[in-house]
Amino acid sequence: MKARDLTELAGRNLREALLRNSLTTLGIAVGVASLVAMLSLGVGLQELASKRLSRSGLFDAVFVSSRMNRGFGRPARPDPANASPAKPLDEEARRKIAGLANVVEVYPEIRFPTEIQFEGKPFSTTVAGIPASAKSDGAFDGMKGAFFSGPNVDEAILQIEFARDLSTQPDSLLGKDLALRYAERQPLPAEPSAGKSKAAAGGTAPHPGESDLSPGFSIVPREKIFRIVGVVETEPATGFGGFGRGRLLIPLQVAETLRIAQANDLREILRGTSSKGNYDSLTVRVKGPSQVKSVEDAIQSQGFTTFSLLDATKSLRQVFAVFDLLLGIFGSLALAVASLGIINTLVMAILERRREIGILKALGAADRDIRRLFFAEAGVMGLLGGILGVALGWLIGSALTFGTNAYLRRQELPPIDLSSIPWWMVAGAIGFSVLVSLAAGIYPASRAAKLNPVEALRYE
Amino acid sequence: MIGTIDEIAIRTDGVSRSYQMGDALVRAVDDVSIAIRSKEFVALLGSSGSGKSTLLNLMAGLDRPTSGAIFARGRNLAEMNSEDFAQHRSHTVGMVFQSFNLLPRMTLEENVELPLRLAEVERNDRAGRVREAVERVRLTARLTHRPSELSGGEQQRAALARALVNRPTILLADEPTGNLDSVTGDAILHLLQEINASLGMTIVMVTHDHDRAARFAHRIVTMADGKLTSDGIKS
Repeated sequence: MKARDLTELAGRNLREALLRNSLTTLGIAVGVASLVAMLSLGVGLQELASKRLSRSGLFDAVFVSSRMNRGFGRPARPDPANASPAKPLDEEARRKIAGLANVVEVYPEIRFPTEIQFEGKPFSTTVAGIPASAKSDGAFDGMKGAFFSGPNVDEAILQIEFARDLSTQPDSLLGKDLALRYAERQPLPAEPSAGKSKAAAGGTAPHPGESDLSPGFSIVPREKIFRIVGVVETEPATGFGGFGRGRLLIPLQVAETLRIAQANDLREILRGTSSKGNYDSLTVRVKGPSQVKSVEDAIQSQGFTTFSLLDATKSLRQVFAVFDLLLGIFGSLALAVASLGIINTLVMAILERRREIGILKALGAADRDIRRLFFAEAGVMGLLGGILGVALGWLIGSALTFGTNAYLRRQELPPIDLSSIPWWMVAGAIGFSVLVSLAAGIYPASRAAKLNPVEALRYE
Repeated sequence: MIGTIDEIAIRTDGVSRSYQMGDALVRAVDDVSIAIRSKEFVALLGSSGSGKSTLLNLMAGLDRPTSGAIFARGRNLAEMNSEDFAQHRSHTVGMVFQSFNLLPRMTLEENVELPLRLAEVERNDRAGRVREAVERVRLTARLTHRPSELSGGEQQRAALARALVNRPTILLADEPTGNLDSVTGDAILHLLQEINASLGMTIVMVTHDHDRAARFAHRIVTMADGKLTSDGIKS
């Protein structure tokens, strides 16, 4: 029998026992729906985690430090055999790293404890410099106010907890000014008289990398006014060294011009290299996680120590793969139960249509035709059940996302996409449903095909 | 293709069909040899349980003999695989049953079309062949009716059209008038006679009605206890 005739006959047979076949198809649909809902949750959570983590900049970033800094409070790691000699992490090194292929930006980690003055009262806090690229971080989604209007503006974003320290109504802080007090690092001049005049002139000491033969530096207290432009819920990550600790965020370029005295300045004094203005560490942002390894290798060959979270992403993917597998197995259990429904429906159909099978054989149907007819019926139920199941699964996922977001809104948290149904899941679920249905149809179909036509024709 | 009267349409050589029923072996057909020529109208006569329907089923390719051979179109049905067996049922023979065996959910037209679907006849050719078969049994006005909307005689005529639609060489009828009143039964037998005469189709009809067999068939073959007891050609 030709495929079109086979499909028509199968469709006609299914319509004949509409209620029973509809219930069987619904059973398959529920099985597919549970599978799709489970997997969509797994994929949705994975995408959510991956998106948040990748937008946090942790997985497309390389953390660079000088090998000269080893031994200061952290265990030394063995050098690779072909490692080049240790070099200072200075402005020249920053420029070289910035010139590497696939590097988007290179910036130092600037984070310092200090005090601010707001409405006449002092508040202790930690200030962090935030690069302009951080605007696309998930951490700034749903923030109150706005991100910095430019890279060199005297604007500040407050972390919500710190904003609550300043005012019981954090929203009211937007547009107000605060005074940031900080310790500026000023290199000692070669000639004391010249140095005094520079300091008196407002601090024109050299930037990191500028040549200065002085053996140390002085600390000068400063104050700078910043306008509060935003309040952020989550604590943004700006590097590996201590993310989550910045409570008052200012543009990184502004933070660099402040020449804040940092912890490694003391170490430089002990080494006698304080005048070089070396960086403690640099964060290198690359185009994508796949380029991290090559950039890391290039930086290591320049004589620096690197660290990235590539291994961590591998572990994350592994965890989610196992998670998805377990969800898939639980989801498939419902489909396995549904396949028993198909077997039952088709076996019942053989009993009911015994005489019809005999007639078909008497009219010239081969065993193969009968087998294919039952297979087609199972396949059509699987296809319809699969399509309906995907739609049901999408509804379940959407309902879960809706409920979750309603809860998150009550908690004043930004909404999330809890479930995700990519095209491969739609095709896979429908295909799997058809396959399972066909497998369930094997026994009934072969039993129907083997029916003796003389006995079948006698059946009343 | 319909052959000449001297050609053998179907032949059985020492055919037996036995069934195991508990400890007993029942010989439904026991060593039957018969040759049916083309264009013959043969009545297979016998009482209930004589083995006539079993012999007809063996000729139809619905059942396989326990021993012996059945030749149709030069091939032994006993040695055919299931695909060839189905081909024999589809193209060589057409079957008519006592209880009509129409599919109740299909219209008359769809019932008649069914063998064409199974034989993979092109869609474009089907409508013409269905119309031709239905016209021959004079049921054109009932094409869209379901079996439940037809009388017994109409149902048997529909079954006859279905048996003819694939243009077989042999028509096998198992008690075709068994469920019909005498007038309607006679009408069906007249139709069979007409088909035999006009199309030259070989007809083997199982019946237990001796008078009708004598009135309509060319040849009467009698069976009892699975064996042939007489074989007579009417003068």
